[in-house]
Amino acid sequence: MTKKVATKICIVFLFLSCNIYASVNEEAILSDDYPSTLSEFGFFSDQAKQIPEADVLPYSLITPLFSDYANKNRFVYVPQGQTAEYQNNDVFKFPIGSVLIKTFSYKKKNVNNSEKQLIETRLLLNKKNGWNAVTYVWNKNQDEAFLNIAGKTVLTEYFDESGMPINIRYRVPNKNQCKECHLKNNSLVPIGPKPRNLNRMVHYSDGPMNQLLKWETMNLTAENHEDIPSVADFTNSNESLDKRARAYLDINCGHCHSKTGSANTTGLYLNLNESNKKSIGIFKPPVAAGRGTGSFKYSIVPGNPDQSILLYRMISGEPDIMMPESGRAIAHQEGIDLIREWITAME
Amino acid sequence: MRILIIITFFFSFDVLADVIIVPPSDNAQERIQEALILANPGDEVHLTSGTYSIEDGLSLDIDNIILSGEGHENTILDFTDQITGAQGLLVTSNEVMLKDFAIINTKGDAIKAIGSHGIYFINLRTEWTGGPKSSNGAYGLYPVQSKDVLIDGCIAIGASDAGIYVGQSENIIVRNSRTEFNVAGIEIENSYYADVYNNIAQHNTGGILVFDLPDLPQQGGHHIRVFNNQILDNDTDNFAPEGNIVGEVPRGTGIIIMANSDVEIFDNDISGNGTMNIAIVSYSYEEAIDATDYYPHPRGIQVHDNRLSNSGFNPDMDKEIAAIVKDLAKETMPDIFWDGVLPLTQMIFGQPNEDRLVLMDNIDSSFMAIKPIQYMLSIPNPVTRDSIDFRGNIKPLDAVTIDLPSRYND
Repeated sequence: MTKKVATKICIVFLFLSCNIYASVNEEAILSDDYPSTLSEFGFFSDQAKQIPEADVLPYSLITPLFSDYANKNRFVYVPQGQTAEYQNNDVFKFPIGSVLIKTFSYKKKNVNNSEKQLIETRLLLNKKNGWNAVTYVWNKNQDEAFLNIAGKTVLTEYFDESGMPINIRYRVPNKNQCKECHLKNNSLVPIGPKPRNLNRMVHYSDGPMNQLLKWETMNLTAENHEDIPSVADFTNSNESLDKRARAYLDINCGHCHSKTGSANTTGLYLNLNESNKKSIGIFKPPVAAGRGTGSFKYSIVPGNPDQSILLYRMISGEPDIMMPESGRAIAHQEGIDLIREWITAME
Repeated sequence: MRILIIITFFFSFDVLADVIIVPPSDNAQERIQEALILANPGDEVHLTSGTYSIEDGLSLDIDNIILSGEGHENTILDFTDQITGAQGLLVTSNEVMLKDFAIINTKGDAIKAIGSHGIYFINLRTEWTGGPKSSNGAYGLYPVQSKDVLIDGCIAIGASDAGIYVGQSENIIVRNSRTEFNVAGIEIENSYYADVYNNIAQHNTGGILVFDLPDLPQQGGHHIRVFNNQILDNDTDNFAPEGNIVGEVPRGTGIIIMANSDVEIFDNDISGNGTMNIAIVSYSYEEAIDATDYYPHPRGIQVHDNRLSNSGFNPDMDKEIAAIVKDLAKETMPDIFWDGVLPLTQMIFGQPNEDRLVLMDNIDSSFMAIKPIQYMLSIPNPVTRDSIDFRGNIKPLDAVTIDLPSRYND
């Protein structure tokens, strides 16, 4: 071996190891303990600006969960050389070492300013013992996010469409509260990245592409499945009212309100696959709702949204009445309008 | 060598089981919540005497934890200023003991345990201190979909649904507890194998309810024993928010059995209940018609050796069932009432022997059952008042036992 070749190999090695070092820290993902800062995972090339590393891909959902009008930046990481498996009607089956990353933020000052106040970055880490949920809360300087276990109250404000500041008591969930929503058959699972909720065109830095196709070309998923359905975008008035309402209820309620979720004690199932009218709430009496009934007899009274418990609980801000039970401090007017319209149109 | 290993084992065991002490402080919620998340199985989280003012709900998801206070009059978790959380404390783990503290004035339920295998409520108090109000939370102690549920020495006051409510659970003991000024004192719903004994249920709307409801993951409630209780003077107007099934309970009802199978009610003192002392009824709402795998009628009900007195003196005419009974009973309201509703074939050809209602040796009790066919045909006086037809051999139900983990036995 000549000296020249040896030098070249060294350079290549150096380059490779640099690359590995700069990239995602797989050890931190799989470790029993959580690092105290978000940056130790190495998901971002510029964390404060939320610019991910090359192997961390942003994604978005067609109809997302409402979280107090917070913006959400979502990213997915799948270890190199591995792929997520397609599951019929369910979230992709991600390999061990995968991470779903979601940063919650509010726009600062007014609508014309794109600067954001980062609040927290939630991680779902697929470790050897299954999925684990943890969150990192951003500091005042906005240059680092720190591990938070017990939850936290963040007093802040957001600006509505007219630019008016609205005060909000934002609650960072504790570890147990993550589980309340993410529990299915007694184990923790992701909720959002179902193929049907990803199946749409997205603008990437290198041009528009169907999100599922992008995942495939990035080798995040192994094979493309044809005829994957799409959920309705709940804001798209070209879609049928029923599809939009069911898509909204699915992502906002269906993770707990399903036969395998933590609200199955109620017998009210709002997941997209449920077809029994009474289980969806139509003329279904409450079980243990307490004040949550609002003096009404049924979850849904067709044609009569103002006598439907479902809508009443979406509107309320009282802790024992409001739905969802956690993750919202203010009402979602667009969602309320949609469900009102849906119940009104029911026969 | 072996000795060394054993010593090491005991030593490490001792070290592992920590007692984490949390005193009252300004940020009590965060302190307690952090302790409940960072605790290891086997630990005890101990709350010292004092009042803890809490704004956000608490939760526990670690197995084999004791959460203790220094007595339900001394360690008080006060949720008067609660902002978030559908309950005060949520337990989702197994083999958990909660003892010697109080939870007051939660916005929703006080303590809920869901899917817990081994949940022990000992000497707790849950209370809404402003008296009975429909704005009070629904349940005081609320285990649901749980197994091996022990409620012992607790006090539940002011719940706008049930002080103690056990739903869709299995293997249950509720004993030595006092419930008052709730809509329902104690409610056992859609549950299997429960013993309810040595309790006092007084000044509620209804004392003890044993219910089965349709369209739930667990239904067909059965094997419930209610014995040796004092069910007295349940005289509080029904203050449940409308739309809830307990909103139908008439003020002044001792015990209601609805749609359950195999219930044994014995050796209770039931008195001072202005509508009636015991009611045995079907789930007669339209929801029952298309419910799957649901039997809406009570069967295998045995009521014996109870001491019944002083009922029917002030029936709650706002409630349909009380109005019907009063209309049929005329001047003499019954201590024990059965609505007589059965599947049509059984109304015509009679009930299977093992399903029959059995009444034996209920001291000084009066009785009335509706004859439903006569009632539907508007034949005058469609009732029977003769309990002799309902005599039979008592087949005692088995007692419920709960094996506490050894560390909880002292």
